[in-house]
Amino acid sequence: MRFSPAEAMALALSQFMGLGRKYGVEWWILVAGALVVLAIVFMALFSGVIAPFSPYDQSAGPQLAPPGGKHLMGTDNLQRDVWSRIIYGSQTILRVAVLAAIISSFFGIILGLISGFSGGIFDRILSLIMDSVYSFPGLILAIAFAAMLGPGVINITLAVAVIYIPTYFRLVRGQTLSIKEELYVEAARAIGASGSTILWQYIFPNVIATTVVVFTLNVADAIMIEAALTYLGLGLPPIIVDWGMDLAMGKKFLPSGQWWLITFPGAMISLLALGFTMLGEGLAEILNPRLLER
Amino acid sequence: MGNLSRYIITRFFLTIPMVFILLSIVFVVLRIMPGDPVGTMLGGHAPESVIEKKKEELGLNRPIPIQYMDYLWQVCRLDLGDSMVFKQRVTKAIAEKLPATVELTTFGMIITFFFGIFMGAYAADKRRSPQDSAIRLYGIVIFCIPVYWLGLMLQLIFGIWLDILPIAGRTGPRVFASTFEKTGFYVLDTLLVTDFSAFGDVLIHLVLPSLTLGMVLSGIFIRLTRANMLDVLKADYIIAAEARGIGHRKIVYRHALKNAFIPVLTMMGLQFALLMAGAVLTETTFSWPGMGRLLLERIYLRDYPTIQGVIIVFALIVAMVSLIVDIIYAIVDPRIRY
Repeated sequence: MRFSPAEAMALALSQFMGLGRKYGVEWWILVAGALVVLAIVFMALFSGVIAPFSPYDQSAGPQLAPPGGKHLMGTDNLQRDVWSRIIYGSQTILRVAVLAAIISSFFGIILGLISGFSGGIFDRILSLIMDSVYSFPGLILAIAFAAMLGPGVINITLAVAVIYIPTYFRLVRGQTLSIKEELYVEAARAIGASGSTILWQYIFPNVIATTVVVFTLNVADAIMIEAALTYLGLGLPPIIVDWGMDLAMGKKFLPSGQWWLITFPGAMISLLALGFTMLGEGLAEILNPRLLER
Repeated sequence: MGNLSRYIITRFFLTIPMVFILLSIVFVVLRIMPGDPVGTMLGGHAPESVIEKKKEELGLNRPIPIQYMDYLWQVCRLDLGDSMVFKQRVTKAIAEKLPATVELTTFGMIITFFFGIFMGAYAADKRRSPQDSAIRLYGIVIFCIPVYWLGLMLQLIFGIWLDILPIAGRTGPRVFASTFEKTGFYVLDTLLVTDFSAFGDVLIHLVLPSLTLGMVLSGIFIRLTRANMLDVLKADYIIAAEARGIGHRKIVYRHALKNAFIPVLTMMGLQFALLMAGAVLTETTFSWPGMGRLLLERIYLRDYPTIQGVIIVFALIVAMVSLIVDIIYAIVDPRIRY
């Protein structure tokens, strides 16, 4: 059967609304989150097209002009356009947060799988280490790492990535332990499948689904940690455009009442974190309603 | 020996490997990771011989295992060495700043509890009503607001626009802390010397920082309390209480909340880590002279012994709090035993 484009659109729309009826409010939370994230990803990809000024342009307008007119979000003390800096800043924070989440999920999932599957003394020691890191305040650990590594995009990504490895490890290890006892794993073993086949072809695909939700929530948290590090002046060299650093700069002008310098960068950090959180919460409810209660 | 004391002793011994691992992580991060602390401290162009001499002095060119053993022994003796920048014991610098952080986190915790537990219980009671949705939405949104930004916005609104609350420091300029400082906890100190105007000044300086810290964590507590309350409200003894004609409000806030509180308490150990991290950021925003500010100031000065000391103290606090929370849990709920 062939559809005309209009028919296909109508079908997709009715499917979309149907999902909304099926899952209720959780579906709309997911959609809202996805829209926020997509909008900011779009901002990062097409910064050059959207931004009216260069983020470094020190003659974009008057010094410390309030929002309005040519400058949607005003200008800062160096006469740069705040809105343009917001647009370019989205690149830095998205890159660091998503890359950090990829790195930590990679190591966390692999270590969790191996640890849960092999068991024994290796598993006990690794679990103890991961639990200790997990209990330690993540931000303080990231501060220590960032301070030792010095400023730089790669360094801040590593500092943020390290603190989330235990989150994935604990989740994946727990799941591996329970999947290991399933009947289909026993069946695979009975027909002579090797250890690595069972691990990668039977256990791994079943574990990966639940990590999607954790990944999304992890990115939300990584966004706030990245911005926290740069706000504290630890993560990045000053040449890079970043919301956390703009917030720290704007802080100096708070007593004199230049509210736009802190309001907009902070609101963007919150909005981006909120987008990923809503995406994750919606996914969690739809994929696995009991996941977040554990 | 009683069951409870056996539990406490077992739990205490289980804390030792955790502390040991945390200390080892701190060592790995600060000593083995790439980076040349001494070179950076002496500036980029210090001659090789000067750097070597300084390293010799600090014992940084001995083999790593020996440094490690020495480091563990140091911590066991509660000796954190000397500052590299100031002529000062690290333990003394920390002892000066720790009370400020404890005071801030205590008040933050009180606000978190007050907001979180009561709003969570109220939302569960009024399940699926607009109030419930509003509280759940608040819980999600507040969790995504970075604590430092919330602090800045509260400063802007209450400190600058309305101009009713102070935005920096622990006391006003006319109140000299040295005139009453004994314990370092200004709330207690001012009461000890019965200086009520100073006491009021200290309290008013606490409002915005502790509100900032408390609000951010309240989201998690709302969520936890609400989920547990929903389970408890379905229990038989609640229906029984209802049947006996006890007032609805009393059932929800006395009978149910008491039982829903136990699981929330266990989560506190983990949330405490978030509270500590939040305190570091809140201190920076509010120029609060505590551990977080000490850590960052010394990072800018590259004072490694102090950085290491502060992080060790944070690790010890986290281990201690998780121990205390577990013991309280065992006292409150007699079913919990090893």
